[in-house]
Amino acid sequence: MLADLFTGSVLIGLLASGIRLATPYLYAAIGETFGQRSGVLNLGVDGIMLMGAFSAFYVVFKTGDLVGGVLLAMLVGLLMGLAMAFISVTLNAEQGISGIGVYLFGLGMSDLLFQKLINNVQTVSGFPVAPIPFLSEIPVIGQIFFTHNVLVYGAYLLVPIAWFVLNKTTLGLKIKAVGENPEAADTLGVSVAKIRYLTVSMGGLLSGVAGASLSIALLNVFQFNLTNGLGFIAIALVYFGGWRPTWVLMGSLIFSFVNALQIWVQVVGIPIPSDIAVMTPYILTIVVLVISAQRVRPPSALSKTYERLE
Amino acid sequence: MTDKQILPSGHPRIDSLEMRGIVKRFPGVLANDHVNFDVRAGEVHALLGENGAGKSTLMKQLYGLYHPDEGQIIFDGEPRVIHSPKDAIQLGIGMIHQHFMLVDSLTVAENVALGLPSTRGMMTDIDRVTKRICELAEVYGLDVEPDAYIWQLSVGQQQKVEIIKALYRGAALLILDEPTAVLTPQEVDDFFVTLTQMAKDGHALIFISHKLHEVMAFTHRVTVLRDGKNVGTVNTVDTNKNLLAEMMVGRPLNFIRNYKTIECGKPRLKVENLSALSDRGVPALKNVSFEVCAGEVLGLAGVSGNGQPELAQVIAGLRPSTSGKIMIDDETLTGSTPMQVIEKGVAYIPEKRNVDGLIKEFSVSENLILRDLDREFYSKNAFLNMNNIAKRSADLVKTFNVKTPSIDTPIKSLSGGNAQKVILAREISRQPRVLIAAQPTRGVDIGATEYIHERIIEQRETGTATLLISEDLDEIFALSDRIAVIFHGEIMGVVDRKDATLQSIGLMMAGEQPPETQAAE
Ligand SMILES: Nc1ncnc2c1ncn2[C@@H]1O[C@H](COP(=O)(O)OP(=O)(O)OP(=O)(O)O)[C@@H](O)[C@H]1O
Ligand SMILES: [Mg+2]
Repeated sequence: MLADLFTGSVLIGLLASGIRLATPYLYAAIGETFGQRSGVLNLGVDGIMLMGAFSAFYVVFKTGDLVGGVLLAMLVGLLMGLAMAFISVTLNAEQGISGIGVYLFGLGMSDLLFQKLINNVQTVSGFPVAPIPFLSEIPVIGQIFFTHNVLVYGAYLLVPIAWFVLNKTTLGLKIKAVGENPEAADTLGVSVAKIRYLTVSMGGLLSGVAGASLSIALLNVFQFNLTNGLGFIAIALVYFGGWRPTWVLMGSLIFSFVNALQIWVQVVGIPIPSDIAVMTPYILTIVVLVISAQRVRPPSALSKTYERLE
Repeated sequence: MTDKQILPSGHPRIDSLEMRGIVKRFPGVLANDHVNFDVRAGEVHALLGENGAGKSTLMKQLYGLYHPDEGQIIFDGEPRVIHSPKDAIQLGIGMIHQHFMLVDSLTVAENVALGLPSTRGMMTDIDRVTKRICELAEVYGLDVEPDAYIWQLSVGQQQKVEIIKALYRGAALLILDEPTAVLTPQEVDDFFVTLTQMAKDGHALIFISHKLHEVMAFTHRVTVLRDGKNVGTVNTVDTNKNLLAEMMVGRPLNFIRNYKTIECGKPRLKVENLSALSDRGVPALKNVSFEVCAGEVLGLAGVSGNGQPELAQVIAGLRPSTSGKIMIDDETLTGSTPMQVIEKGVAYIPEKRNVDGLIKEFSVSENLILRDLDREFYSKNAFLNMNNIAKRSADLVKTFNVKTPSIDTPIKSLSGGNAQKVILAREISRQPRVLIAAQPTRGVDIGATEYIHERIIEQRETGTATLLISEDLDEIFALSDRIAVIFHGEIMGVVDRKDATLQSIGLMMAGEQPPETQAAE
């Protein structure tokens, strides 16, 4: 009976939706990777995503302007990232606590704005599917990889860019140095604060986009706690991916594929307890990544504040 | 400005630099108390003082890491404010720090390139940097591998990377904060050739060291600090070691040591055919065998990078061996965890003390009892006995003369040498059965060196077997009953100290078999 259900076209559909579902994780986790590589653990990702999701949704709901929606989500994300940087870098507050503060702010604020400005669950028409010419016509492959909306493509484009920045640019070198040994970076005239501000605010910006990808590209709705903890999973993916963009991509994909499969299993009514089904992507991702990513040391200065001790 | 000589490194020379009336306070400490200091182009100026005298603090203000509370810094006659290291680098000041400022997980070339503009714009130009490093390395006789990761390098090699980093930036004034503390005698000689050349070229050099013979050998002037105050500045030719020591400590020091030879007890530490790999996965130890008796000091001489840290780490349980056996009395130590090794009575003074031996954020007293937390004296049923901890810490701080505002001060705000004393106090005071001491007096002042030597000698009387790993032959000869020499991971031979000469040990360090052992075979 299972074999009947699980046809070729179902498989293609599952893979395609796995690719699509990975989008918000990728934006958020790649952004967080930069922050953590420079030594800042931002636990506020989920809150920033919620604010990004709401801002984008609101613009699209009012004006229908998709690009405007993404831009506002970026701006809001950037500002919240700056706030996180201010608290943890300038004020030298405990990073874990500041992150939770940012999260709670985002959770509450996005709901408050939603109540005041929209008030009931509405849908919008989000980013349309934009098949890539020629490539999307390749049988099977085209459907799986090249028939998505622009925010999905953007997320995947981000991975090689992030890899390049971290491994091939002077900025990447500075980021890694600040995350490993801020004191050494400081003695060479690299401003620890500047680098951390940059990575954390970029991380915020990307989290904003991650939120927008949910509210105006994947789900096209907004409601209280739309992300449902997705931002925290993104942070976990950064850890399990060993702070390397390529492994973070792997993790996001595994998670999303299994998630897509799990949703399908429940929709077609295969009798597996739903709790267990919902749990599987989490467990599987952890298992696969722990086994495959050989033990990588976190950046030595991760979550440590830096002061010159004067 | 226009007729100013440009140095070979590309920076205009700094004719004179003056620090006037510098005051720097830290919580509970007046680190610099109206200090005056000056240096000129072409000069090597030594800065001397006991641990905690305020030398590093003074220099960090010149490099823009700290800012003076009072006083002025005057460059070629013009007062300047140095806000940050970036300013300092731009002014042509380079600093080699007392603690390595290297990023372990990056390569040598990446560490050198860090913070510098690249010829390829946003992208790194590691290839070009690598080439330039090789050029500099050749000119100054500093062999380093640009592609190696820092964590793979020995301390001596890491020091060379620091020197290259400063040379690469073309500093006209170079601050050297205890640069020779980790170099072997041969390396020091080469290093001085480099520095003398730099001074002749017109660089201004500031040199901090606890080794008076180095100061006597190649500096032009000496300034001595004590408790943050100037004691005086003298021309090197007008002074001598004893006078300098007296200026530093405020009392004459006893350089000659006499101690009675002790009858050697039964073998306490036995190492048999031990082999192990280095971090890079190549053999670092090859069939190493030796014994250390109760009440004996076995000195292990050797040029850095010949397997010494690996040997110490294997014994301490921090590195797996690939074959062979380690025994303490009749217990096997091979394969034990570091905790088990501690429990069996092994104390370990690691070579890379800043990394391996201390937790910088923890207080002095926490670091002092770290290894013995489980002892009933310090904790009972998971509760710490704060009274005993405080009492014991205060004792140790006093006997080892650790300069700290209080026992609750975090290690990171101690001077370099005082932080070292904390480890030494902890390890030596544990009354171990076996003491592994790797470079125990590196970076500590002469007063403390004297004290540590006395303690190591004292340990012999309580039956401790001591393995003294040192690149300082004076130290090896002063303390050892027997001397073993390690070369390329192999023991070249073991000789009684009374039969050893500097010459014979030196030859073995260079890899030649001693005649005695050849005859014996
Ligand atoms: N960042 C800091 N915070 C608080 N106190 C400090 C700090 N840095 C140094 N001190 C204190 O200032 C005094 C001088 O320290 P400094 O590091 O300049 O000594 P030093 O002469 O370089 O000694 P050493 O030979 O041990 O390196 C010490 O008592 C030290 O505890
Ligand atoms: Mg110092």
